[in-house]
Amino acid sequence: MGARLKDGSVSFGPLALARLMPLHLAVNATGQIVNAGPTLQKLMNGQAALGRNIGDVLALRRPPGPLTMPVLLAQHDLALGVVLTSDPTVSFRALVVPTLDGGAFLNLSFGIGVAEAVRRHALTVEDFAATDLTVEMLYLVEAKTAVMDELRNLNRRLQGAKVAAEEQALTDQLTGLRNRRALDLQMKALIRLGATFGLMHIDLDFFKQVNDTLGHAAGDHVLRQVARVLTQETRATDMAARVGGDEFVVVFPNLSDTAQLMRIADRIIASVTEPIAFEGRDCRISASIGVTVSTLYDSPDADRMLSDADSALYDVKRDGRGKALLVGGPLIEGLVGR
Amino acid sequence: MQGLFNRAVQCFLRDTYGHGLWLAVARRAGVGPEGFEAMLTYDNAVTEAVLTAAVAELARPRETVLEDLGTYLVSHPNVEGLRRLLRFGGAGFVEFLHSLEDLPDRTHLALPDLDMPGLDLEDQGNSRFRLSCRGVIPGVGYVAVGLLRAMADDYGALVLLEHDGEADGAEVILIELLDGAYAAGRRFDLAVRAH
Repeated sequence: MGARLKDGSVSFGPLALARLMPLHLAVNATGQIVNAGPTLQKLMNGQAALGRNIGDVLALRRPPGPLTMPVLLAQHDLALGVVLTSDPTVSFRALVVPTLDGGAFLNLSFGIGVAEAVRRHALTVEDFAATDLTVEMLYLVEAKTAVMDELRNLNRRLQGAKVAAEEQALTDQLTGLRNRRALDLQMKALIRLGATFGLMHIDLDFFKQVNDTLGHAAGDHVLRQVARVLTQETRATDMAARVGGDEFVVVFPNLSDTAQLMRIADRIIASVTEPIAFEGRDCRISASIGVTVSTLYDSPDADRMLSDADSALYDVKRDGRGKALLVGGPLIEGLVGR
Repeated sequence: MQGLFNRAVQCFLRDTYGHGLWLAVARRAGVGPEGFEAMLTYDNAVTEAVLTAAVAELARPRETVLEDLGTYLVSHPNVEGLRRLLRFGGAGFVEFLHSLEDLPDRTHLALPDLDMPGLDLEDQGNSRFRLSCRGVIPGVGYVAVGLLRAMADDYGALVLLEHDGEADGAEVILIELLDGAYAAGRRFDLAVRAH
């Protein structure tokens, strides 16, 4: 093994070439292969390279056309794209220099498909020159894949945890009011303690029209505004919950005075009937409310009370909206249309 | 500390001694039974709490526990990925030893946040090496001893390894290569086998 220096030129024996450029090919002026690097020979699955014509061993992909000596010896600014005829899935870039005796010397490198080529041909560290960064690239691909797998799994677990946390949550994300789950817990607790309480089931009127004509952003704004009204018109100890798209329930612990509840309901309807400004347009809605109190029942039941309040609410809806109705009581005047 | 180390300790305890032992360690260390996420960051004190709890639950010296952890990291099938990444360091054991100095940089290519111990290798001639290991976990040198022992097996090399205490704030490991090709070693394909 060794190289010879003379007048600024260097000549290499086959062993030195094999070590420096394990993917090289040397061809004579007639296109016959006179020398082939060991890794290239390994890629040819044991087929002999020496003595064969270059065009039988390699096929040209870029530029397209047959691989002949005139093509090889043409001055190319870019590396040629070639594949092995014995395994066309492995593509290479080939840098060609003419030799003094009319032949050509080719040094090949793997393209971006290197990982696949390495896998198909079971290449090892020894198959690459020690200065070749291909092995580093394979290392990086593998390390990156491991990290990405780990992150993908982490994201899946976090997503699961998020869903679980949302199921556990007691707050409505959009309005900041409590949600259905919080409402159920609160009513069960009050019933268990034997406390008296009032209940309002509120359904917005004309909300769908706001959503349809002014868009969901306007609808969301209206829902937040209604939430503000419910918070303002109730005590800190009362609980307002959003239980559906435009449905709300308010629970009033220790308040069974139906006259007072109806006054509060009236105020809520009056407030939400005020035009709500959104991006220069007025959103106009109203509310229908069904009211009940725990003292109407011998043994109060949360589902029964909600269902009764819901029925009263739909009596209001049928009668023209914008009013409040006590379970079992007469309709009182609301404020719709004013 | 990146969760990777904590996660490695957790998997080591689970795979070597069983899920029950891990649960006992977690309880003692004040960590949830689900343990750690490799890609999240935890306080260094948590790592120390887990190691202390493991030493107590196993009733074995800290040095032994850490050395077994190092061996586990490159020899257990569940962590085959790490063995492969280390094998990229070189074709033979000596080349691998020299690649250790590049290990923190290599690791940072994939995980820029990972707090890797600084590694300095001194080739003392006559197949003797001195590795200085500078990490945030006291006893990290024992992890290195276990890891190097398992890597030597992987390469089929016969080596003597000794933790030589501390010098200049680093843990020192003495390595003597008796035979670089003592046994066949395990095969290393550059490409991951297709699943």
